[in-house]
Amino acid sequence: MITGARGKLRACLGGKVETIMLTADRVLAAGIMVLSVYFMWHASALPIGWNGMTGGPGGGAFPFWLSGIMFLCAGGIVLRSFKDSAPFAKDDTPFFDPDTLRSVVVVTLALTATVAALPFAGAYIAIPMFLLWYLKIYGKHGWVLTGALTICTPVFLFFFFEVTLKILLPKGWTEPWFFPLYARFF
Amino acid sequence: MELLGYLGEGFATSLMPINILIVMIGVTAGLFIGAMPGLGSVNGVAIVLPITFIVPPSSAIILLCAIYYGAMYGGAISSILLGIPGASTAVATTFDGRPMAQQGKAGLALIAAAAASFVGGTISVVLFTLFAVPLADVALAFGPAEEFALVLLAFTTFVGLGGDDVLKTIIMICLGLVLSAVGLDLISGDPRLIFFDQPGFYSGISFLVLAIGIYGVGEILYTIETQKSAPQVTPAKITFRELWYGLKEINKLWKTMSFGSFLGFFVGMLPAAGATPAALMSYGIAKLLSKKPETFGKGAIEGVAAPETANNAASTGSLLPMLTLGIPGSPTTALLLGGMVMWGLVPGPMLFIEQPDFVWGLISSLYTANLFAVLVNLALIPLFVWALRMPFTVLCSLVFVLCLVGGFAPSQKLHDVWLIVGFGVVGYVLRKADYPMAPLVLALVLGPLMERSFRQTLIAEQGNMMAFVERPISGTFMAIAALFFVLPMLKHVKRLLRRDLSPAE
Repeated sequence: MITGARGKLRACLGGKVETIMLTADRVLAAGIMVLSVYFMWHASALPIGWNGMTGGPGGGAFPFWLSGIMFLCAGGIVLRSFKDSAPFAKDDTPFFDPDTLRSVVVVTLALTATVAALPFAGAYIAIPMFLLWYLKIYGKHGWVLTGALTICTPVFLFFFFEVTLKILLPKGWTEPWFFPLYARFF
Repeated sequence: MELLGYLGEGFATSLMPINILIVMIGVTAGLFIGAMPGLGSVNGVAIVLPITFIVPPSSAIILLCAIYYGAMYGGAISSILLGIPGASTAVATTFDGRPMAQQGKAGLALIAAAAASFVGGTISVVLFTLFAVPLADVALAFGPAEEFALVLLAFTTFVGLGGDDVLKTIIMICLGLVLSAVGLDLISGDPRLIFFDQPGFYSGISFLVLAIGIYGVGEILYTIETQKSAPQVTPAKITFRELWYGLKEINKLWKTMSFGSFLGFFVGMLPAAGATPAALMSYGIAKLLSKKPETFGKGAIEGVAAPETANNAASTGSLLPMLTLGIPGSPTTALLLGGMVMWGLVPGPMLFIEQPDFVWGLISSLYTANLFAVLVNLALIPLFVWALRMPFTVLCSLVFVLCLVGGFAPSQKLHDVWLIVGFGVVGYVLRKADYPMAPLVLALVLGPLMERSFRQTLIAEQGNMMAFVERPISGTFMAIAALFFVLPMLKHVKRLLRRDLSPAE
């Protein structure tokens, strides 16, 4: 293993660039190692060994030792990545497709913004805004399709979740707008 | 005879107008979901599960099973008309389904797929009916040690047979199990793993949140990345003459279809295997046994029938361990199991004793779902062609909205909606590095059972770890589990030996 690592290092110093996939694989595994340590630290708040009080393993044992296994496996992936035979060592494809990465990032940001807006703007502002953005700006659809879906979706959500299932969606400052509807349907 | 009596009572439940309606809605929704490229049964069940609160628990499970069935039928539609599998389970259907469509025989391919799915579904439901009671009877003898050993066995099948990177599979199993431990300790009730002191974690992480994140948000992000341009839809319509001709052709393939059904059913029962490998195996064997193997890959009707019988049979097969043992055979059945627990119907042998009406109602509804799926499938072909032309952005936006609202609905906590987005993004990234998602979902669902049975056994046996191997049934399970666990290592050693023995360059 050490020889492999040295060999790789020499290769890097010699100007040979390792594949993006291999780097990504290593970074992800390292991230999982950090996560495992975090889990172990959390789990150790409860007894991780034998619990003399109740008998059997303590409350923290199950997550602690499983996180330990996770740590070892992720460590194995990191070590393995220095070998020439590592998965992705010869995979020249980029980790993210450069042609579509922008779309994925933009959609994720829009989704995050929508969830962030839910507590104060409410579902009936945040969701239509998301649909408006997604269909009109991102999807470049016509006004008829955009308008129909932007209006019909919240109406469906209201009647399905609120009226039928009695599950109230977050409304934020739009709550007073719904008082007449509550009076009518509840 | 007793079995027929139970089944008869089951039909009395499943043929109630409300349940027939539910089955019809379920299979139609499933067919559409399955037909959409990128969305399969697991995505459909994950996204739709929160909406099923609208009907009583037993009907909700029938609805979800009908969606599951419909989606298995629907997967073939996009495989044939677009050349893109509706789900991974329908990959093998593209091999011959797409060439058939390009030769102007899309209608015939669709008929073959639907009829083969029906045969696979029906044979497997009969097998399911025959095996369910004996298996549940065996499972009645299970104590906590056997339960633990069985769950461990289910996980080791992913290691030994999953075909994914072993280290990554183990990581995903452990991650799922650790996430299942979030909340309150099962025995002492102490809070544990309350990350960042967020009160939302006190109630644990719901399997639904993880499933919607991974199979809803994550899946769509993955599809956005991989689908660069709108695919071409091959037009198809079915005339009665074509239908008659198609059925006559299919009738000649009894041997292929029967074999595919049995193979699919038994492969489907294994947690790590399921419908995708079953379909690929069935395709491979059909080609091997065919009199005209050279036609495979160029539009052979057998090449459509073989994988379609197997993937439908596998979907029924994976329901068997879920319902009788409480161990799901696939991610979709893991979600069904989670849903059943949520509604207070705990799958396992006791369900057959305590809730026979529900169990037999569900089993008989599989027969009706199968029948309706084939009828709806053939009747709505023009509608599917139209739906497949729907711009992908419309589908994505609606799925995203359903994920957010559906994720919020069960617990009514925004905390869960944030988790969905988080799991979606993390799942998408991990998937790109070949981390398998199915073991993660299964582990989260089975985690509480595994921990409880492990700790109960050790408390009862005063810490004697040998208790798991000393009892005959659990000992057998542990031995098989150990075998699955060392299987990849043995393969590795064999590879190394072969390399050493080969002449040096």
